[in-house]
Amino acid sequence: MPSETPLAPGDRRAGDPAKIHDIGYRSYDGDRLGRRHARRSLFAHSLRGAYGLGRSAKSKVLPMLLFGVMCLPAGIMVAIAVVTKAGELPVEYPRYALHLQGVISLFLAAQAPQAVSRDLRFRTVPLYFSRPIERADYVSAKFAALSAALFVLTAAPVVVLYAGALLAELDVADQSAGFGQGLVSAALLSLLFAGIGLVIAALTPRRGFGVAAVIAVLTVSFGAVSAVQAIAFEQDNGGLVTWLGLFSPVTLIDGVQTAFLGASTSFPGGKGPDTAAGCVYLLVVLALIAGSYAALMRRYRKAGL
Amino acid sequence: MYNTTVARLTLRALLGRRRALILFALPGLLLLVSAVVRGLVGADDTIAADVLGGFALATMVPLIGVIAGTGAIGPEIDDGSIVHLLSKPVKRPVIVFTKLVVALGVTVLFAAVPTLVAGFVLNGNSGRIAVACAAGAAVASVAYSALFLLLGTVTRHAVVIGLVYALVWESLIGSLVPGARTLSIQQWGLSLAQRIGGGDLLTSEVRIVPAVVLLCVVTAAATWFAGLRLGSLTLADEG
Repeated sequence: MPSETPLAPGDRRAGDPAKIHDIGYRSYDGDRLGRRHARRSLFAHSLRGAYGLGRSAKSKVLPMLLFGVMCLPAGIMVAIAVVTKAGELPVEYPRYALHLQGVISLFLAAQAPQAVSRDLRFRTVPLYFSRPIERADYVSAKFAALSAALFVLTAAPVVVLYAGALLAELDVADQSAGFGQGLVSAALLSLLFAGIGLVIAALTPRRGFGVAAVIAVLTVSFGAVSAVQAIAFEQDNGGLVTWLGLFSPVTLIDGVQTAFLGASTSFPGGKGPDTAAGCVYLLVVLALIAGSYAALMRRYRKAGL
Repeated sequence: MYNTTVARLTLRALLGRRRALILFALPGLLLLVSAVVRGLVGADDTIAADVLGGFALATMVPLIGVIAGTGAIGPEIDDGSIVHLLSKPVKRPVIVFTKLVVALGVTVLFAAVPTLVAGFVLNGNSGRIAVACAAGAAVASVAYSALFLLLGTVTRHAVVIGLVYALVWESLIGSLVPGARTLSIQQWGLSLAQRIGGGDLLTSEVRIVPAVVLLCVVTAAATWFAGLRLGSLTLADEG
């Protein structure tokens, strides 16, 4: 939109003391990149920020360290498989991320508040909305960026495993199927965790508190569910073991990949959900992802304004 | 050594608004799990010890310790409002000590007391497991509060580092490397619980004397050093 052109002094009626001087401000006449570009920039900025890129060196330490910790066991497994000429990898593709769920939780806990809490605390959210983006753009850009960051974290070791499996000359069709299942599982996990982490982080402008809350929700729910599952299994209550898994994000992903993605479960006694129960798991996961998006939209209806 | 105004402000910072929510949610979950377990299996000493040792002492106490310990001082340093406190004629060690007392009180209230209640729900304090675990949780709370309060004065990433210690060092590395358990507040607390419980249901890697000595040393050293840190605090900018 063109800005008001300053009035030249001669435009005014003679004798009128009020004048607007042209002090040389120039209106912007470059390209206006618009809403899509703003949304894409916000996405890229948030994604880079999750790994500390474009931030101080101190901010890079933790995400890069966690990324390294995430990939290191995959590298070791691949090396062992290649050297010992084992017939298969020691871990299933979809299951790898769940073994290192603590690392993923820490990454999410550290980066979800970084993505949203500081905007709330320093009241920069209204500044975003003074640009041509809508609430939905902000929420979807942040959601997509954190999901993408988590996907990079969880899919990278799967790629390492797959590359190693091909180098070790394992069966290509077999490994490719597993690799695909691993990627789907990683994508689902990333979306679910990012949604949960962002909702919690967006509730508090205190970064430290958001970190603790995210960790608490992820690890305590998992700890509680697996403790009760173990006891239910000892009581031969296999049905209860299966349904208890619905109550924590990690066991939800475990259930979905057991039912649909050919992984073996870590539920006690292998009492993972069958296809019918797996449908419920999948529905709950999708509902949680959609629900966290809706909760974020609601949260930003009046955030910082 | 204790300043009621500082205590009141700290308490309000810890329990104000939504922050209290998570502090209530964790013990609530513990009690819920205990009730479910009791409903499933009835009173059982082994399972009670598993739930209290594995869930209450291993997860809940460190988490609440992190929230209370770093929350007592971290946010104030983070947003710079600590200068208003430091500019008052209150000695800095007094500030640290007061905040420690408050953090400790909150941790005991929200971690050790629910552990005791959960123990009674699980098996009615049979084998003195409830009392033993609550005592272990209480002494662990002291050390956690002091340690995480120190972390809050040292770094702006206190919560993350505290969680890495609690989750990665105590749980993950502690379960893989036996030697790491010697340097774990959780094991020191368990050691006391083992002593009180007397049975072989609660076991710790650390014997009682070194555990108590280490607990005292860590608490005292962390408090002293936190006072020192606060004395020479420079307000860091947001990076």
